[in-house]
Amino acid sequence: MTTPAPAQTNKAGLTKNDYRGLPSTLCQGCGHNSIANQIITACYDLDIVPEEVIKFSGIGCSSKSPAYFLNRSFGFNGLHGRMSSLATGALFADTTLRAIGISGDGDTASIGMGGFKHMVRRNAPIMYIIENNGVYGLTKGQFSATAEMGLNLKHQGINQYMPVDICMEALASNATFVARSFAGDAKQVKELLKAALSHHGVAVIDIISPCVTFNNQEDAAHSYTWGKDHEAPLHEISFIPALDEIEMQGEFPEGTVREVSMHDGSTILLKKLEKDYDPTSRANAFQILESAQLNTWLVTGLLYIDESKPTLTETFNLVNTPLNRLADRELRPEPETIFKINAMMF
Amino acid sequence: MIKKIINDFSITVATINGSGSQTANVTLLRALFKMGIPVSGKNLFPSNIQGLPTWYTIRVSKNGFIARRDEQEVVITLNPASFARDLASVQPGGAFFFADDIKLPISRNDISIYPMPVKQMARASNVSPALRDYIANMVYVGILAQMLEIDLESVKQALSFHFKGKAQAIDSNFSTISTSADWAAQNLNKSDPYYVEQMDSTSGFVMADGNTAAALGAIYGGLQFAAWYPITPASTLAESLNIFLPQLRKTADGKQTYAVLQAEDELAAIGMAIGAGWAGLRSMTSTSGPGLSLMGEYAGLAYFAEVPVVIWDVQRIGPSTGLPTRTAQGDLTEAYFLSHGDKQNVILLPGSVQECFEFGWKALDLAETLQAPVFVLSDLDLGMNQWMTKPFEYPDSPLERGKILWETDLEKLKGIWSRYKDSDGDGIPYRTVPGNKHPSSAWFGRGTGHDEEARYTENSDAWENNMARLKKKYDTARTLVPEPLINSTIGAKVGIIAYGSTEPAVEEARALLKLAGGLKTSFLRLRALPLSSAVQNFIKNFATIYVVEANRDGQLRQIMSAAMPDQAPKFRSVCHSDGLPLTAKWVKETILAQEQNK
Repeated sequence: MTTPAPAQTNKAGLTKNDYRGLPSTLCQGCGHNSIANQIITACYDLDIVPEEVIKFSGIGCSSKSPAYFLNRSFGFNGLHGRMSSLATGALFADTTLRAIGISGDGDTASIGMGGFKHMVRRNAPIMYIIENNGVYGLTKGQFSATAEMGLNLKHQGINQYMPVDICMEALASNATFVARSFAGDAKQVKELLKAALSHHGVAVIDIISPCVTFNNQEDAAHSYTWGKDHEAPLHEISFIPALDEIEMQGEFPEGTVREVSMHDGSTILLKKLEKDYDPTSRANAFQILESAQLNTWLVTGLLYIDESKPTLTETFNLVNTPLNRLADRELRPEPETIFKINAMMF
Repeated sequence: MIKKIINDFSITVATINGSGSQTANVTLLRALFKMGIPVSGKNLFPSNIQGLPTWYTIRVSKNGFIARRDEQEVVITLNPASFARDLASVQPGGAFFFADDIKLPISRNDISIYPMPVKQMARASNVSPALRDYIANMVYVGILAQMLEIDLESVKQALSFHFKGKAQAIDSNFSTISTSADWAAQNLNKSDPYYVEQMDSTSGFVMADGNTAAALGAIYGGLQFAAWYPITPASTLAESLNIFLPQLRKTADGKQTYAVLQAEDELAAIGMAIGAGWAGLRSMTSTSGPGLSLMGEYAGLAYFAEVPVVIWDVQRIGPSTGLPTRTAQGDLTEAYFLSHGDKQNVILLPGSVQECFEFGWKALDLAETLQAPVFVLSDLDLGMNQWMTKPFEYPDSPLERGKILWETDLEKLKGIWSRYKDSDGDGIPYRTVPGNKHPSSAWFGRGTGHDEEARYTENSDAWENNMARLKKKYDTARTLVPEPLINSTIGAKVGIIAYGSTEPAVEEARALLKLAGGLKTSFLRLRALPLSSAVQNFIKNFATIYVVEANRDGQLRQIMSAAMPDQAPKFRSVCHSDGLPLTAKWVKETILAQEQNK
């Protein structure tokens, strides 16, 4: 009798299976499924222990997807548009955990815009993914706030309003990591996810993720066809974890690659394409987004990064022990303090 | 010579909002307290920073009755805008003090009239012109001290407390007070009968407000996370956390065991608090009616996903924006049923400042024990006014963290557990929190339908079983919430039920009823919902139950009627809400009128 070959494991000693979730109940071909798969791969590749991740989502098709990856991680599928606050509170319980938030364009850019922008301005340590398809799927095909002007939907007619650009909103709210990608560009999605998971602070990734049922017409700005035809990557991105850095030195000819050093010692390599793009400049990011809008490009890649800002939880000078593991005696002041307190009253 | 009336009257000071009179008024209140006289002070202030009329009313009561009274024996006004109304408000035989720069007609001859050279004396003081308005308020403190015989040493102690011992501030204010007292001694002839006299009825008490007490209680309850959004009259609760947490809950090396976050709105405030509660922190938010309305959806999530969180509602009068600086008990039914779908919520009802402290920590215990949102309903009167109170008592039981499983627990269980299973028959399931490294610890929280393993399901039986368990859990809560306090009178004909800040008015009304018509009453002060068996037993003893509330609709009566339909015909509402704390006289007269109509 032969024993089956052992499944391949990563440095955490886990197989890819240990990162999977429940079977998806989203439509076949939904962009969200391919993003969930890339999250699985990115976490596996980075040797992340699933118990050290917490997942959050709001309500909508996108927000179902945390059930479809990292089954061994805690998760909370909260209220429509309110993932930001739920996650913000939970982040204080154990700051050693990595947080992944999955939201949609309705969840973030309509009902949850306020909370989203405030979470961003506080630099909450979370990878915040927007699975952006320009349409409300679960309620069957209404316009979302990111739908382009002139979009024609079956039961809705023609959209009369300008879209919200989530990356622009994130930048305006002083985000420290802003990226855009396209679910049809799996490799880029994966590398951006790795970079975002290693980012020090809030990492906003707006991923155009086509809705195959309600908004995948060839001329619609959130469709597979349009995305493939209009994608304009800023660079070819690859992520090098801290330990692998040395091996990667010198592989690229001088001047063809930009390196961004991450807070945790890892590196993002940005291979130049037609033009050089410096993602450490907010002005560049605004400018490229403005040009993209004028020229109907789907600009993808790392738009902006700043590793230097303190995260929300860092600003609180918390004890080293996770707050949710503090013993009772660390939580209740000593009995004699009550006399001091009463003496402070008149 | 008229007979002196000592330690039994009310004082009202009318000023212009933003003129700094609060310092003067609280100084008077504290000085009287320091003299050993039972007192209460109510700030009847407008929703405004500067310019609108504002009143402060102090009751001195040798008998210890500290409810607000409508009748004012001593009235001081510095405000031309409210002058006519203030003058009319003085009881016959009372005293009226006014700033003599107000040149308005005075048509009454049944009261004593005392002009005060407020501007002149403020100018004569040595303070800078910028501080003159503030010092002007000390003029009436000095004149009143002289005319009512308030002990100046007590006044000085009150000032010293207010200015945290800063000699310059204390001296300049006190100098104006004593100069003004001297001026009154030389220039005013006392013709009213109102005096104060040293007593010994405040020893063993301190003065504090309910919001400070609530914050301190939460801190002693091991509070770890609070998120809030500014709103009158709740803001000072969260601000007190920011004052006292650094003093009480930092480690020796200066690190925090807590976090307080000002959110962008109430939707976010409760969302953060629920996120923290879910992740295993002792968590709370504090708000008032409009904020509570915004918190509705999230409160339902906490109920259904079974997340511990404490929600303080310091009530103001509504509906809508209402009167943001006026008190009421109008949020009871909202909090009880808050959010859509079938449910009732657990509500604690503190009736004193000391109880705000006690429920501050107990609410956190209950929330974690029950894995549910626990509401604490205070109000503006209790929360923002200074009250005589027994000193805060250190919690008499250890922190209750509820049914929480960590790695070692899961190892013992060989990893077999169910998030939403009623393992113990009390409706309360077990939970794990993020950071638990055991491979079977994780579960997926959701507001959608779920089975015992927290998996999404649309199965009808699973839905109904879960809802039945939640109802059972609520019945368990019935046995855990603070019991009512019952004050029985032998031979009592009627029962009175009230809650929260109306207790002083009810207790005084009971004394008045006994005096007036010999009506003996027994009193139950409700301290929580759901209603416990003690409440039901009390109700069964009487043919008539008066339910006293500071709201229009008799909200507790509505809740009790629904809970005990067979007893409902007994319940009679004594309810009224005009933004002011209830008076004993009104409670007495309303009960008497209903007794006569029986």
